[in-house]
Amino acid sequence: MKLPEAEALCQQLVRELKPRVGPKTAMVGLHTGGAWLAERLHKELAIKAPLGLMDIAFYRDDYAARGLKHDPKRTTIPFDVNGAELLLVDDVLFSGRTIRAAMNELFDYGRPASISLVVLADRGGRQLPICAQHVGAKVEVPDGQRLRLKRETSGKLVLVLEADRAA
Amino acid sequence: MPRNPQLNENGELQHLLSIEGLPREILLQILDTAESFAGVTEREVKKVPLLRGKSVFNLFFEPSTRTRTTFEIAAKRLSADVINLNIAISSATKGESLLDTVANLSAMQADIFVVRHASSGAPFLIARHVKPHEHVVNAGDGRHAHPTQGLLDLFTIRHYKKDFTKLTVAIVGDVLHSRVARSLIHGLTTLGAPEVRVIGPQTLMPAGVEALGVKVFHDMKAGLKDADVVVMLRLQNERMRGALLPSAQEFFKHYGLTLDKLAVARRDAIVMHPGPMNRGVEIDSNVADGPHSVILPQVTFGIAVRMAVMSIVAGN
Repeated sequence: MKLPEAEALCQQLVRELKPRVGPKTAMVGLHTGGAWLAERLHKELAIKAPLGLMDIAFYRDDYAARGLKHDPKRTTIPFDVNGAELLLVDDVLFSGRTIRAAMNELFDYGRPASISLVVLADRGGRQLPICAQHVGAKVEVPDGQRLRLKRETSGKLVLVLEADRAA
Repeated sequence: MPRNPQLNENGELQHLLSIEGLPREILLQILDTAESFAGVTEREVKKVPLLRGKSVFNLFFEPSTRTRTTFEIAAKRLSADVINLNIAISSATKGESLLDTVANLSAMQADIFVVRHASSGAPFLIARHVKPHEHVVNAGDGRHAHPTQGLLDLFTIRHYKKDFTKLTVAIVGDVLHSRVARSLIHGLTTLGAPEVRVIGPQTLMPAGVEALGVKVFHDMKAGLKDADVVVMLRLQNERMRGALLPSAQEFFKHYGLTLDKLAVARRDAIVMHPGPMNRGVEIDSNVADGPHSVILPQVTFGIAVRMAVMSIVAGN
């Protein structure tokens, strides 16, 4: 099956988001794929507040079952969350659990004026009442597969399908 | 070969008992995770929900302020419930055995036991007898090991020096009685520090210490020459009463860290001390409060390191 071009989706999101960027806009990308996408969007949208990067490992809801398996990256939010109009960026939206965790962590930094969710791909399958305001593309993913964003050594972003280890 | 008692069947950290025998990957996992927790401790809200609903029992059979407090802060920042038991003045004095004490606490639904004990090996004994979902963290056992102190020392060194593979580290003082020194030496050699030196009088040097991969010096300035990291150990006053040392003044003259002696180390050397320090015995105030000293940051990093250890073991 043919996956959409991540680079084209990225440009589409830039065009879509451009009119929304104001003085209070700030952006947070979720490690790892969401951080790559956010680095790109943040630069092209020329957002003034420095980019925030977040690893939601300490807020996951499956810690009891899975523990801390991967070395979490450090969350850095180099701007004041209070009153900010936040663009929360992730690569692939699926169950919604990552976004739930990310919002919990964000509120430990302050009270944003608003949060909008930006994703490159929405693969459906939501388990929580969460939806994205800005979606690059809807992608159907076969059972037992995982949709991931990869960054090639050239810096080019690509969407790939992989066998889901958890399945 | 028997399994490492600290690891579960998947090779993951189940208990933290000693740095000795821990693979490099697990040491790095702890240090990297601690790096993320260091970010949490700098925020306005210094708490994450990871260990919500879990109970951490601090079992201190030996007095400690700093270690017990930082474990308590770490557990609270992970949202765990903390119960402090000062066993030195409770059941043990009424004759209850160590394993009976632990069995009783286990019946109170413990998840993590943080154990400090004067007998080497006590945390290993407890780890062999706890239930599969319970975890033991050694907070110092006799002369044997103090792994979270060793880890926070490694974290501090990495924070200031970035790379272990070019470092000369000098550990100074009462190496013989120091569980801190032993834990740090194992950590440094596992992470590839090329030169680890121990400096002190012959009477305070364990026999055969060279086998741990260190160089022994009895002359302070020779040992400190070009060192990147200087770790001072506490001189335990009670040792003075044995015939190991003539006097505190005599020790300070030869092995106390002064600006004059520190001058032979590298200009950007850092000075560490696990605390509590004896000013004027192993370290001069000018050094302890001077620009090379990272003694207080060590305490702060200790919280992040203990958060990392507890959250890793409780998840495995």
